[in-house]
Amino acid sequence: MDTVKDSKGMTLIVKTVTRITIGFILLYGIYISLNGDSAPGGGFAGGVIIALSLVHVMLAFGKEVALKRLHSYAMRFSISIASLVFLYVVMIRWHGSYSHIVIPLAEMVIVGAGLFAIFVALVLLSKSDKDSE
Amino acid sequence: MITVYILCLVLFSVGLYCILRKRNLIKIIIGIGIMEYAVNLFFILSGYRTEGRSPIFASDQAIKNMVDPLPQAIVSTLIVIGLSLTLLIISIAIRIYEKYGTFDITRINKLKG
Amino acid sequence: MNLIPFLIVIPLAAAFFIPLVGKRIKISGDIISIAATISLSGISIFLASLIATQKVLMFEVGKWAAPMGISMVVDGFSVFMLVIVNSIAFLVALYSTGYIKKYTDTWKFYTLFMLMVGGMNGVLIAGDLFNMYVALEIAAIAGYALVAFGIDAEGLEASFKYAVMGAVGSSFMLMGIALLYSYTSTLNMADMANVIANKGASKIILFVSALFIMGFGLKAALVPFHAWLPDAHSSAPTPISAMLSGVLIKVLGIYALSRIFFNIFGMTPKISMILIGLAVISMVVAGILAFGQYDIKRLLAYSSISQIGYIALGLGIATPLSIMGALFHLFNHSISKSLLFLNAGAIESSMGTRDLRKMTGVLARSPVIGYTNLIGAMSISGIPPLGGFWSKIIIIFACIQADRPVLAFIAIAVSILTLGYYFKAVTPVLFGSKGTHLDNKSKPITVTMAVPMVILAILSVVSVLLLLPNTGRSFLDGAIAVLVKGAIR
Repeated sequence: MDTVKDSKGMTLIVKTVTRITIGFILLYGIYISLNGDSAPGGGFAGGVIIALSLVHVMLAFGKEVALKRLHSYAMRFSISIASLVFLYVVMIRWHGSYSHIVIPLAEMVIVGAGLFAIFVALVLLSKSDKDSE
Repeated sequence: MITVYILCLVLFSVGLYCILRKRNLIKIIIGIGIMEYAVNLFFILSGYRTEGRSPIFASDQAIKNMVDPLPQAIVSTLIVIGLSLTLLIISIAIRIYEKYGTFDITRINKLKG
Repeated sequence: MNLIPFLIVIPLAAAFFIPLVGKRIKISGDIISIAATISLSGISIFLASLIATQKVLMFEVGKWAAPMGISMVVDGFSVFMLVIVNSIAFLVALYSTGYIKKYTDTWKFYTLFMLMVGGMNGVLIAGDLFNMYVALEIAAIAGYALVAFGIDAEGLEASFKYAVMGAVGSSFMLMGIALLYSYTSTLNMADMANVIANKGASKIILFVSALFIMGFGLKAALVPFHAWLPDAHSSAPTPISAMLSGVLIKVLGIYALSRIFFNIFGMTPKISMILIGLAVISMVVAGILAFGQYDIKRLLAYSSISQIGYIALGLGIATPLSIMGALFHLFNHSISKSLLFLNAGAIESSMGTRDLRKMTGVLARSPVIGYTNLIGAMSISGIPPLGGFWSKIIIIFACIQADRPVLAFIAIAVSILTLGYYFKAVTPVLFGSKGTHLDNKSKPITVTMAVPMVILAILSVVSVLLLLPNTGRSFLDGAIAVLVKGAIR
């Protein structure tokens, strides 16, 4: 990845550390969201961790690299699909029990993509503000 | 115990004062946040039992003397609602700054009557 | 097959599905929202026919029994509101297809619109207080975003004001819910009513009542808490003004208030006195303020506050006749105020202005807009054959029957005031010469904009059928029966 040498974003040290840790952070987020029923955690906490990992990439490498990884249409697409899956699973199960693996995963996607989308939206809003001045 | 409730009320009043008296949009938003957290704190406190333990169900533990888990579940929902509300108001405030060029609420007065 | 959960599932599914396709296929937002709202109105009318025989329908989520699990309850009052909300949502969605073309990113509009409808349906079918609060916040937050949808300076300012005041009101509401939960240790409304009836009234109930009157009164825009309404209603896109004024303030304010005070606490003379006081102030103050307005949407917004005062007056007196008047007035006001707001939007897009002093000869230019506007204004100001007259006269009779002639006098005086400001607003606009100086901006309204207005005008003419036996009386009676259970004995 030649973005490490790129002058945008933070210093070389931050970029290198980010590259090494980003996979572990994502893995930890997925672990947290899958183990919500027997230990503290759940889809919401896992989703927050995943959103933070994306924010981490954005702070280290700048906005373009992060948005290349998760395009704004992809964000909207994943939020909508995950919400529809969530709704569908709840709908077919609403006469019985809810122990279903899809629910924490869908919640993780909604929260992760949603929080990152909000972050991106606020960053873009304040960027357009500076451009107009 | 009663002291905590009074402090909670004080926090609520601080938030309300901040909304009513401050003229900066961002300070008003901070006031809303303080008020929401005061209510959340009150909700959590209403489920507290003296010397209670955390309400995690496991096979080796007897179900007795737990704090009430329902307010905790409710408060996690309330935090999400508060988050979405705060973000919506912040983005509106940024747009207002674009249009009016100020955060001062006394100078944002195109609507009258 | 239980149909109750579909009242929430359909709008939410539509709201999540529109972003997937909305940007690629321009027309998908229109089609999906119209299909969703028409199926919602079908479901609510079907539920109304079931309620006529079964009284209460219930759905327990995940088969957990009622006091512990989450339950969705539909009774006469909910179904009365459900039919109003979903039919008006359908007509407004139909109107939006023509109106919303002037904005970009219309799919965002329809997503937020469907979220708002879903939130309102959630408030109406919630069986416990906390779910009601969550659904209320969904509807309210979608409302804040929709008021600012045009991203013009006025809309943003109004939206900020609305959002801050709404957040304060919600905090008060939530404080009340927390206190009530710690007093009764339950959130289910029916269970809570039993617990309060067994424990007896205490001072905490009075305090909680004050918090709820503050919170829900703010959502209903009763007068000391009304400051957000004229700004928000006049700056929002027109379909949203019609939704806000026609149904949102009634569902979030009046429905929730009467659900709590009639079905959980039971009406007491103190609460009744407070409600009547707020109602009288709302009627008189907003009626006088409406006289000074020259912006057509602002005038309609102040008129909304005044008419909400009538509804609150009927609920405050709390005799069976006055409740009947209040609910019937709620029905009439939803229809005619939505009609008038849609009309204001049509006038705005055909005349190019919203200032009442600058427009003239609407009837000569476009008979559809002119005659529907006339019918709406006549219904609200209480001209005899139309619905608004009968509901106001029922409220006035109820005041006399409850031995409160002063209130009856105030109600009559305010109805004359209403007639006065509509006369001032409508007559020079509708009649008079055609005028030529506005012609360069004017464009004809589309069929999708005209059809909802005509349907609403017909409804406001025939709404008196609700009072006659054999036609719609059981629909109204079901709603009255739910509230009368909690009235003062």
